[in-house]
Amino acid sequence: MDRRVVFSGWLLPVVLLLPQLAVTVIFFFWPAAQAIVQSVQGGDAFGLSTRFVGWDNFATVFADPNYVFAFAVTAFFSVAVAILALAPGLLLAVMADRVVKGATFYKTVLLLPYAIAPAIAGVLWMFIFNPSIGVVAAGLHRAGIDWNYLLNGKQAMLLVIAAAAWKQISYNFLFFLAGLQAIPASLLEASAIDGATPRRRFWTIVFPLLAPTSFFLIVVNIVYAFFDTFGVIHNVTQGGPDKATEILVYKVWYDGIVGLDLGGSAAQSVVLMAIVITLTAIQFRFIERRVHYA
Amino acid sequence: MMITARSRAWIPHAILIAGLLIVLFPIYVAFVASSLDLSSILQAPMPLIPGRRLIQNYTEAISAGTAKTSGVSVARMMFNSLVMALVIAAGKIAISLPSAYAVVFFRFPLRKLAFWAIFVTLMLPVEVRIIPTYQIVSDMGLIDRYAGLSLPLIASATATLLFRQFFLTIPDELVEAAKIDGAGPLRFFIDTVIPLSATNIAALFVILFIFGWNQYLWPLLVTNTPSMTTIVIGIRQMIGNGDTQTEWQIVMATALLAIVPPVLVVLLMQRWFVKGLVESEK
Repeated sequence: MDRRVVFSGWLLPVVLLLPQLAVTVIFFFWPAAQAIVQSVQGGDAFGLSTRFVGWDNFATVFADPNYVFAFAVTAFFSVAVAILALAPGLLLAVMADRVVKGATFYKTVLLLPYAIAPAIAGVLWMFIFNPSIGVVAAGLHRAGIDWNYLLNGKQAMLLVIAAAAWKQISYNFLFFLAGLQAIPASLLEASAIDGATPRRRFWTIVFPLLAPTSFFLIVVNIVYAFFDTFGVIHNVTQGGPDKATEILVYKVWYDGIVGLDLGGSAAQSVVLMAIVITLTAIQFRFIERRVHYA
Repeated sequence: MMITARSRAWIPHAILIAGLLIVLFPIYVAFVASSLDLSSILQAPMPLIPGRRLIQNYTEAISAGTAKTSGVSVARMMFNSLVMALVIAAGKIAISLPSAYAVVFFRFPLRKLAFWAIFVTLMLPVEVRIIPTYQIVSDMGLIDRYAGLSLPLIASATATLLFRQFFLTIPDELVEAAKIDGAGPLRFFIDTVIPLSATNIAALFVILFIFGWNQYLWPLLVTNTPSMTTIVIGIRQMIGNGDTQTEWQIVMATALLAIVPPVLVVLLMQRWFVKGLVESEK
């Protein structure tokens, strides 16, 4: 879409564009290009020289069982976070849409986690589930459950999923509620007059009309789980125990910054880029232009 | 009016209250912990009724931090977070208003290319290009500086897209009227377009402020000096790794202090925030 009436001249628009283009080139295109270049280079042990190694870094990365495992961990983690953040978000939105009394209050409180950093959400959850001092952990111990997420990989996974999903419910709630409120009341009234029960009205009218919102949110939630949850993992489990919660973003950071394996880390970055581009393309393909990256 | 069975009208309330409890419980426990002394927290399970050291703990956190933060106070960390969040929010708005104006209100060579160049930044969050970005920021000597903390996060297209969308809805008549009045493009931008965008700017500001305040991976990389730590990173440093006892009452006070500014922004600007969030996704 373009405007019909525009101003003439080319110097002013170029000047207006320059700041953003400069920032974009310096901090976006240049590093993205560097990541691609580094992903096909190898260095000596002292980091003094680099040479072209082609696909070697990628081959090494994919031959590394830890990387393949991190892929599986990430897939499980993202799907679980998406489901656990979407289903309650939808349920709460449907309920908030039905109530009259207290609607604003419910909405305001349910929005709070949106403002909380994933890293802080992680700290709050690890505190209540801390095996030695956590209040919920104490309850679990009393119920005879051997809760120690520091040693048990499955429990660690559950904890990071819960913390990451808890933070994201707000976002989904907000979008589902906006979607619900956009559904014309006349449709629902007509269906009610025809004798459809609330349950039937939900599944035959509301749910299909929410499909675009849901699809958009699925992609956003998966992207969130892939990238924005670094703080949760770093605070709660550091990828452990025994790499049980090492997601791809955590591994890129760990291998590159802690392990100083630049080529390997760059190759992993390029793989991640491919994943985001694919996700974004899917999103565009199915729902026009509803992309999020703040 | 919708017909709902009277007898089941309590169900939505019950579900919503359960939702509230899940949202509030971790925050409440953190609040209680921030009002206790360390020994009450360690005598697991800790009490769930606030103690008497609330003011003392917060004063200690704000003025001194903990031994693990190398004496950097939470006040200092909050200041760092505030600067970072404000520079990111204001910076993104400041560079994207003019760039959106340029691509919408002008025809010039390579306009489409410029738009796409900005647009593709949507696809690559800083997390996937951390190490090369770190190297560039390091080469520019911006490690441990506010510019290094903020600039790389300003490179993103969200704000430009939102403004572009809004600018496309400005009636042609306004542009024509401005031309007849002899107003140039710059005049029109400053006197008409920017005031019309006020609501969008406010909405975007809320979202970007929260985005900036809550950053984790990037500040973790580019700050080495303790005095440049942001509050979200500072909490991590306060949690021990075994050798010394973590001062949980201070950690939880700090966690709540880290939550307060973004929560306040959301609450005070709720109307704009909801509008901005939902619309920037379209």
